[in-house]
Amino acid sequence: MNTSLSWLRKYVPDLDVAPQDYCDAMTLSGTKVETCTNLDRNLSKIVVGQVLTCVPHPDSDHLHICTVDVGEGEPLQIVCGAPNVAAGQKVPVVLDGGNVAASHRDGEADEGFRIKKGKLRGVESCGMICSIEELGSSHEFYPEADPDGIYVFPEETPVGADAVEVLGLHDSVIEYEITSNRVDCYSVIGIAREAAATFHKDLVLPEIPETGNDEDVSGYISVDVKDPDLCPRYTARVVKNVKIGPSPKWMQRCLASQGIRPINNIVDITNFVMAEYGQPMHSYDYDTIRGKKIVVKRAANKETFKTLDGIERPLDDQVLMIADGERYVGIAGIMGGEDSMITDDVKTVLFEAACFDGTNIRLSSKRIGLQTDASQKFDKGLDPNTAMEAMNRACALMEEFGAGEVVGGAIDYYPVKREPVEIPFEPDKINAMLGTSVAEEDMIRYFEKEDLSYDADRKVVIVPTFRQDLLRTCDLAEEVARFFGYDNIPTTLPKGGNTAGGLQFDMIIQGYARDAAEECGFSQGYCYSFESPKVFDKLLLAEDAPERRAIEIRNPLGPDFSIMRTLTLNGMLQSLSTNYNRRNKDVRLYEIGNVYLAKSLPLSDLPDERMKFTLGMYGEGDFFTMKGAVETFLEKIGLREEPEYRADVKKAYYHPGRQADIYYDNQLIGNTGEIHPTVASNYGIGDRVYVAVLDLKMISPMVNFDYKFTEVAKYPAVSRDISMIVPKKVTNWEIEKMIKQRGGKILESCELFDLYEGAPILPGFKSMAYALSFRHKDKTLEEAEITAAMKKILNGLDGMGIELRK
Amino acid sequence: MSEIEEKVIKIKEQALKEIKEADGLEKLNAIRVNVLGKKGAMAEVMKLMRDVPKEEKPQVGKWVNEARQAIEEKMELSKKKLEQAALTARLEAETIDVTLPAKKQKVGHRHPNQIALEEVERVFTGMGYQVMEGPEIELDEYNFTKLNIPPNHPAKDEQDTFYITDDIVLRTQTSPVQARIMEQGKLPIRMIAPGRVFRSDEVDATHSPSFHQIEGLVIDKSVTFADLKGTLEIFAKKMFGPDTRTKFRPHHFPFTEPSAEMDVSCFKCGGKGCRFCKGEGWIEILGCGMVHPHVLEMCGLDPEEYGGFAFGVGLERIALLKYEIDDMRLLYENDVRFLNQF
Repeated sequence: MNTSLSWLRKYVPDLDVAPQDYCDAMTLSGTKVETCTNLDRNLSKIVVGQVLTCVPHPDSDHLHICTVDVGEGEPLQIVCGAPNVAAGQKVPVVLDGGNVAASHRDGEADEGFRIKKGKLRGVESCGMICSIEELGSSHEFYPEADPDGIYVFPEETPVGADAVEVLGLHDSVIEYEITSNRVDCYSVIGIAREAAATFHKDLVLPEIPETGNDEDVSGYISVDVKDPDLCPRYTARVVKNVKIGPSPKWMQRCLASQGIRPINNIVDITNFVMAEYGQPMHSYDYDTIRGKKIVVKRAANKETFKTLDGIERPLDDQVLMIADGERYVGIAGIMGGEDSMITDDVKTVLFEAACFDGTNIRLSSKRIGLQTDASQKFDKGLDPNTAMEAMNRACALMEEFGAGEVVGGAIDYYPVKREPVEIPFEPDKINAMLGTSVAEEDMIRYFEKEDLSYDADRKVVIVPTFRQDLLRTCDLAEEVARFFGYDNIPTTLPKGGNTAGGLQFDMIIQGYARDAAEECGFSQGYCYSFESPKVFDKLLLAEDAPERRAIEIRNPLGPDFSIMRTLTLNGMLQSLSTNYNRRNKDVRLYEIGNVYLAKSLPLSDLPDERMKFTLGMYGEGDFFTMKGAVETFLEKIGLREEPEYRADVKKAYYHPGRQADIYYDNQLIGNTGEIHPTVASNYGIGDRVYVAVLDLKMISPMVNFDYKFTEVAKYPAVSRDISMIVPKKVTNWEIEKMIKQRGGKILESCELFDLYEGAPILPGFKSMAYALSFRHKDKTLEEAEITAAMKKILNGLDGMGIELRK
Repeated sequence: MSEIEEKVIKIKEQALKEIKEADGLEKLNAIRVNVLGKKGAMAEVMKLMRDVPKEEKPQVGKWVNEARQAIEEKMELSKKKLEQAALTARLEAETIDVTLPAKKQKVGHRHPNQIALEEVERVFTGMGYQVMEGPEIELDEYNFTKLNIPPNHPAKDEQDTFYITDDIVLRTQTSPVQARIMEQGKLPIRMIAPGRVFRSDEVDATHSPSFHQIEGLVIDKSVTFADLKGTLEIFAKKMFGPDTRTKFRPHHFPFTEPSAEMDVSCFKCGGKGCRFCKGEGWIEILGCGMVHPHVLEMCGLDPEEYGGFAFGVGLERIALLKYEIDDMRLLYENDVRFLNQF
């Protein structure tokens, strides 16, 4: 939404405020200013001059040497390159040392261009005659301007006058961000009302004189609304003996400030009134309307309609149409039809100002794929009470401009009049909500400034229908806050009851996960929750793999973001791949984020969101480095038993011989492995990649921070090393488990310190060596106790086919 | 002077001279052996004792002891000096170039989003707020209806919602957590709810289809807009520095009334206006307001008795501003050269 300051002053004549102050105050009272453009910011020393003489430049085939009267002093000699320059013309002249906004050659520049006295092909030039583009505008908004030459003023323009003033460029165009609840502010009058209230000035609305000849419009047209649910009001008037021509300059300037190109008086009037009142209008060529009849009704499925831009539009039974006695003439509130549009030959015009259901217009416009200025106004839900005023304003302007003869009377289909809302006035509640002590009279004063009225007898605030956002006391509180000033509201802290703040337990566990990962050299990444269904193939998952049962997004950004992830592997591998491609060495990343597991598909319940702790790395380190990171985390959260790594279940995306499910206390808590080289290569990673995925939802209930002190051992430990030849298939886990079982209470620790395969060890075997440490907490161990324990262990080894090394 | 006395004196003087000249601990040790050792010069003298008349023995013993003592003292002194010199020499030799590179434990780095989030959490948990969570895949009812955004409300379009079914969406905001917590009815409420939200925006320098918000909610008897201002002012000062000023501008959100947007004075230029704040001097940080009574009603609370305020902050916005990151895409690339800067 844009307005120029000069347009606003038509309704708030006393608004004498600098543009920046205007913007600041409006923003603070709730009409947020996005940008403010001073149209004359780069224009200085530009006057109206008259070309006295104009002769060709002797050394150029296109330059002219002119003498120009600029109102004071001797006429100036100016060299001009425009093809349309001629003696007698009144033109904008920038004097020596003045500024223009744009240059003929380089277009617009932030600081404009300085014009200096100089020589052009040997001839002195003391200024420049300007085009409208050089003045920072365009011939689109000044239709009278020659698109390829200098701007020429009308005959009667006084020489020496401020050319910027004459062109109406001492003005500022302000762009606002209007919130969706303030439909009334999508109009210049709405903004003017806010400005008047903000600056304590009077709002002067346009006077609309009665219009119309002795005829009655009912002799021209009748209106039949078949679907009143979508059309609460429909007004129509007729103007005959139409004379198409340009609209007045002041109206063109107003339209230009909204970026609307002036076309002709009829189009300009409907555009102007739409901007002024926020009420879209449509004009039909009356002579194309068949049967003297307008019918408002829903279209039928599979029908089509050619809009005035010449495009055939598909319709359905929820699109509201305007028809005449025989066919459609427009899509209600969106766009008129090609057949009934105004042409330069129009003789009689039928004006329409209606109110359509905002939601219907919004949805229709979306389905048809056509948004127009009109539809964007309608879709906010207009106040039906504005329609007739806007209609009469347009007719009055038609008469004022001598653009046609308005036919008497008006069609006004308006079965259910919208009445003002009344809100009980509760000043104490308002102050209690705001934490202020604003006086009752002040509140009433604020209300009245914005055209809300107060009924003191009934203690109610009466809200005009254009303020659809005001329904209850909290809404009035906002009005009070806005005009009292948000800045003037004190700053305090909540008093009430105390609360014990803090993090949820799961969040604390995530914190430990981050700490552990970072201590082990992993940096935190963030990955998307949605991905492509192709990732399952990339990860070599079987056709019937449960991971493929992903939740689909109905309207994804694209196929690459169309499913909610069921595993975190893709995000991790993608991130590692990014690093690998950028030649980052020894990369370690972790991520903590959800996967989304449907209970049933299609989704009927909210899915299971499971928080996963994912670690990934390439470069330095191996499978066991990854295990180390996993166990660092588990120890941190009090899971101090050694987790069990079971290699029996195979995941397709891992190396078949280098993967494990991780169990703690016989519960599956995650998995780890080396990524299958095919998968790594699918992600463009040419290195071994290790990943671990832990399910924090499974782990969280096992967490144990209930540590108890055990006395530090006082008695000496005895150590024994065993070195042995082990069949290859026997695992470290099995050996350790047996040793620990058989070593009994006095076995303090058992650690693998050597592992070797190859000659002289026979194929199918490996050499392993463990350091055992025995200790009793209450006494020094006796040799016999150790010997007994060792014997048990050695027997155990024997049972596993393990031989001691000699 | 007896012959013995002469000998003793001679030995003593010779020894003292040698001690003085000794330039190493080994030499000193050799002197000790030669003079004071079992077969040393003094021992030789003592052998002469048996020929000394009985009455003179004490005298001779005294000479010998005195000489011995003098030598030992001197030797001890010299030893200390030599040891000190040796230590000094060793330390000298061991001098290192202290500017050689450090040997660091290679630790990982936390994501800037996370760092910013933890800072926000510290501020609010310090004020007694609980940190809560809600589902990322959410019912339309919680994401919209209970927040005063009924079906067909234009706000539903504005937020460019991803739909799973007609009733289930990817939450577009963390505000549904408000509704869920209010419904539980445990009052008073002071909570923040950080989390991931989704909107169908194409990825560019300032947009991402998935980002994070932090919702705040306080519900109690007699909570005021002034309390909202005071609370968020503390938040701004703790996040962006004690000199930070705040500005509240009227705004509109369907689930709060009155509503506001909060700007903070630019922490780069202090409010004078710079490139960072686009010359404004202010930076928009969050949206907030008093919880709409209809929202309270829909969540089972009586607006005549209870009221409160809510606010919503974009986490990425805070992270981008605080760490002067100019492209949101960097947050999701996970390039370690980016991550390791935090």
